[in-house]
Amino acid sequence: MTISAEREREVAYPDPTPPSVGWFQGLPARPGWLSQHLGTAIIGAVLGYLLGHWLGNVVASGYTNVANSGVNAIANTGGIALGALGWLAGIGAINYPLAKIIGKEPAPEFETTSWSRYFRYTADHKVVGMQYVIGVLTFLFTAGLLAMAIRTELLSPSSHVFGPGTYISIVSEHGTMMMMMATSVVVGPLGNWLIPLMIGARRTAFPRVEAFSFWIFSAGYLTILTALPYGGFPTGWTGYAPLQTQAGGGMISYLAGFALIGLGMMAAGFNLGVTIINYRAPGMTWSRVPIFVWAILSTCALLTLATPTLVAAGLFGILDHTAQTAFFVTEHGGSSYLWQNLFWFFGHPEVYIMALPGFGIVAEILPVFTRKPLFAYKVAAAGMLGVALLSFFVWQHHLFQSGINPDMRPLFMLTTELISIPTGFIFLVGMGTLYKAKIRFEVPMLFALAVFFNFLIGGVTGVFLSDVPVNVTVHGSFFVLSHFHYTIMGGLIFAFFGGLYFWLPKMTGKTMNKKLGQIHFWFMFIFFNFTFFPMFLIGLLGQPRRVFEYAQNLQTLNDISSISAFILGASFLVFIANFVWSIFIKPTPSPANPWDSLGLEWQTANPVPYYNFERIPVVLNDPYHYSEHDAAAVADMGDPVLVGAVAPTGDGGGDTTGDDPVTPAE
Amino acid sequence: MSFGARLTTFLVMLAAAVALVVYVVITYLTPQSGVVDFTSAQPAGAPVNLSVQTVGSIGFGPHPTWVTYMVQNPGGQWLHDTTWEVPAHTRINLTIHQFDSGSPLRNQNWGRVQGVAGNVEILNGKPISFYDSNSGNGVGHTFAVPALGINVPLVGVNSNASNICSQAPCGSDSVSNTIKVSFVTPGPGEYSWQCFVPCGLGYLYGNGGPMSNSNYMGGFLDVVA
Amino acid sequence: MSDVAEQTDAPADGPRHAHREPRHFVRMVVIWLVACAIAMPLFYFLVGPHVPPGVMTSTAEENQFDFNILMVLAIPVLFGVWIYIGYSLITWRGSKAADPVGGELARGHMGVQTGWIGITTVFVLGLAIFGTYALITTNGAGGGEGPNPVWTPTSAHVLPVQVIGQQWKFTYRYPTFGGFESSDLVLPVDTTIAFHVTSLDVIHSFWAYQLSIKADANPQVDNVAFTTTNHTGSVTVRCSELCGLWHGAMFDYGRVVSKNQFEAWATATRIATAANTKLLPPFALTYTPDANGAAGGYYPDNVDPYSPSEVYGAKQPAS
Repeated sequence: MTISAEREREVAYPDPTPPSVGWFQGLPARPGWLSQHLGTAIIGAVLGYLLGHWLGNVVASGYTNVANSGVNAIANTGGIALGALGWLAGIGAINYPLAKIIGKEPAPEFETTSWSRYFRYTADHKVVGMQYVIGVLTFLFTAGLLAMAIRTELLSPSSHVFGPGTYISIVSEHGTMMMMMATSVVVGPLGNWLIPLMIGARRTAFPRVEAFSFWIFSAGYLTILTALPYGGFPTGWTGYAPLQTQAGGGMISYLAGFALIGLGMMAAGFNLGVTIINYRAPGMTWSRVPIFVWAILSTCALLTLATPTLVAAGLFGILDHTAQTAFFVTEHGGSSYLWQNLFWFFGHPEVYIMALPGFGIVAEILPVFTRKPLFAYKVAAAGMLGVALLSFFVWQHHLFQSGINPDMRPLFMLTTELISIPTGFIFLVGMGTLYKAKIRFEVPMLFALAVFFNFLIGGVTGVFLSDVPVNVTVHGSFFVLSHFHYTIMGGLIFAFFGGLYFWLPKMTGKTMNKKLGQIHFWFMFIFFNFTFFPMFLIGLLGQPRRVFEYAQNLQTLNDISSISAFILGASFLVFIANFVWSIFIKPTPSPANPWDSLGLEWQTANPVPYYNFERIPVVLNDPYHYSEHDAAAVADMGDPVLVGAVAPTGDGGGDTTGDDPVTPAE
Repeated sequence: MSFGARLTTFLVMLAAAVALVVYVVITYLTPQSGVVDFTSAQPAGAPVNLSVQTVGSIGFGPHPTWVTYMVQNPGGQWLHDTTWEVPAHTRINLTIHQFDSGSPLRNQNWGRVQGVAGNVEILNGKPISFYDSNSGNGVGHTFAVPALGINVPLVGVNSNASNICSQAPCGSDSVSNTIKVSFVTPGPGEYSWQCFVPCGLGYLYGNGGPMSNSNYMGGFLDVVA
Repeated sequence: MSDVAEQTDAPADGPRHAHREPRHFVRMVVIWLVACAIAMPLFYFLVGPHVPPGVMTSTAEENQFDFNILMVLAIPVLFGVWIYIGYSLITWRGSKAADPVGGELARGHMGVQTGWIGITTVFVLGLAIFGTYALITTNGAGGGEGPNPVWTPTSAHVLPVQVIGQQWKFTYRYPTFGGFESSDLVLPVDTTIAFHVTSLDVIHSFWAYQLSIKADANPQVDNVAFTTTNHTGSVTVRCSELCGLWHGAMFDYGRVVSKNQFEAWATATRIATAANTKLLPPFALTYTPDANGAAGGYYPDNVDPYSPSEVYGAKQPAS
């Protein structure tokens, strides 16, 4: 598709009307204490919870098994379900559909630049993105504190800080919260904030669905926290039945919480997927979209196709607890294998939901700090789609020793090892891009490079795990645990922080402190490796996962891991200090394009207006024409001057970067 | 907002977050079971007399319907604590007052007395090494320390008796069986003990609730030097 | 890894830089070759023999060998990437670097890309074939093979041992010795063992570390795993699937002893537990534990305490 640089008249929308999210007309929503915001959401949640819990007690408190066990799963389920509904109603998520149902026209949304918009249900993808930033960081740090508790317990092989039940609850809570957080850690904040800007769109396809995804995500966070007062749950994040069916009230928080998160994942994936496919600006062909968009698109495919299995499995589990069905209880006609199959059929695509966005960020950062085009762009895009497709065919490698389909093990060994081919493309892309580059070691670049180091170890150990004979020793041990922390934390979380350091100047207009960023990086990188590398050895030497007792001879390795984990945890305090200080307390304005990126998202006005682009841009090129002296502009923004590779960076850049930001012109 | 206001706001939020974390740790994450000390009540090396009882329903606390163990501290009080600190390499004379009724065992392997002196228990004054749980009143619970190989079946009381105890701690006015065993503690360490009868009423396989909570049908022998 | 080589080679032949730059590719390959030549034999001969799970059984030996082969193959991959990236970061960093290459040459190279895909594909397919071969020739490599193992040992004398997982202890039944049940795992040396792993409640996983056996215990499932003992010694058994409160305490120590010692132990235990054995359900590959507890139920089946259709918990006929 060729697009003329000459601007067509109709691509500039005149005077757009924003989609509405307020009350229906006649009751116009106004910013103010009386309208809907986080406070009303909390009130709604509390009222809904109390009502649901009361109803559950009215219905079921006389049931024999409820009276005997002292656990009323029906009350728990009712409380969480109506609590979540109250939360959504309180924030205003159901105003629009309700108004439509009763035949009214919803009121148009007020446009406000007040800080209070961050506490409201909003159709602005940039506000939702910032809400997600705070949301996933809160999620991450809560679960991180639980990790500190785990490592405290494992300081000693036999004497205990926590009771064994408390310890398993902490492990389960940590794993579940981290997995829930990681599903949205990039798609939520960076995906929602950046995708419309990257593809030249004025909004996402379904702004209300997008806002819904955040508010149900936060409801999921609150729900999984309720497991603690209910006594925790003993199953780990994998929730294996029938242990799940045996567990007490906290299990409902896990099942319902995961189901809520799942609804949010489907909503987020659906919205962004449709946006990418349909809302690209003229000229934004598939070969010109930034690689991050490919990563998010393939992630969206997984989010929408894999997650329904999780939600269904969660509902089966809730039915086993409330209506005493027996989906997962063999003696009554179910199967203990059913949950494992359903869970991992979701769970393995989930692993790539947590890997692909990280690849996207890294591949987006590398060209900027190497001043080179992305190497093998098409291979990278194809690899991401290949990973997404193959990820549906590997789930039984989690069940090699379970006795399910033993004759299928060679097949799942093959598919698992095959998936390392498209996954390995990220190394081809990265190494090719580094070749004869001009590398600037800015903070985002450090994180991107760390991803290559960490993910290589995570990936290679994944091949060990996929080999069935080796799997006999390492399955279910600390080796596995270390492997997936290397891929998810070493890959995704490092990439996420790289992405934050990279894009926060655009998102907030403020500059993060570079020194603090470097301190954060080095402490995080070094002590991440000191925390998790010993776990490979711990696992090989025979320590199973999720135990509160271990062999005496493993204490040294466990202590190295624990002490490093505490320093790793402390490194995030540096980030929090930097984030809060540089952005909220003593903000330093950022240059418009501090890294001299060619990405379309950097060419918008600062701060980005409500509708992103005054005129829809006409895209002329992919954003990777670095080091080309006569490259054409990336896009026609509708301004008199085309913006492109050789555009002067007069309003910015030079003073925040160590190197000459402008490509040499001779 | 001014710089000072922003800083103050942040510090207030930080303090609130720290307070919340401390609250959660204290409320939900600290051990629910206290430690009962049996190391100093007698001279070093002398045998320790340890008396415990099993009760069909504890009758108080957050889970009044749950079955539980109680322990008598050296001062003679009955406590709801399942971590017992005992000296290493010392003979423990364990007396268990069983106030609960019994049933057939799920796994008859746990009808054998294992890991204690002579592999026998003294049941109401008579030594036995094995109990057929399909006969008589069945087995109500077992006292087992898997790491030490200890398993002591606790024969149930007649479930039709009129004076079955339903409120802990139980006294001599309730029907009970008395089981005595003796064993020597190993070196220091925390050894978990549990019950092998699926006695968690209303839970799948009978192993939830009190069976899955270390302060009811399980705990630690905290052996110290 | 030679795909690294191809990738760096091609752009280096580009007309712009070839005449005035050092041969980066040659340098990297030399460093890489030297590093691999040192590390690979060092690992295989010095570390390899000590790699878990040791050599007590046939499957342990095989799994140790597989691990070592994978590690020897992983070393060039790890070193290739590390050396390439490390070299790049030193050579082409900021101020020292010349103008970066741009244009089509920097955007892709058909030879490099095809080479990378081809080599990784061959590599990965090789690994899959190697793993499958090892899996089949070792009769499942010590992993759980489900109720109908497709790869079974040819040995005429296979000692069946049933492993029963229950919250929170493994017990063991020996069907060829009258079906007695023991809390201890004792095995004879130089014998092919078939472990039949099952559960009376939730999912456990029987991990006999030095034997290199790992098989999940599911209720009503007979999960079979094979190995052949080669040396006597102590065996650590742990549960490797989270099974509830005392999962961390669910371990014990078995032992592999001489055949005579095993016979003596089995005979003595058989006699000592004879009264108890009569009360056990007849030996079977799976049992149907009652989903309800001793005192009554989760499911309202009105059978107290156990359902008569379900053994391991049903009243056995008086003998």
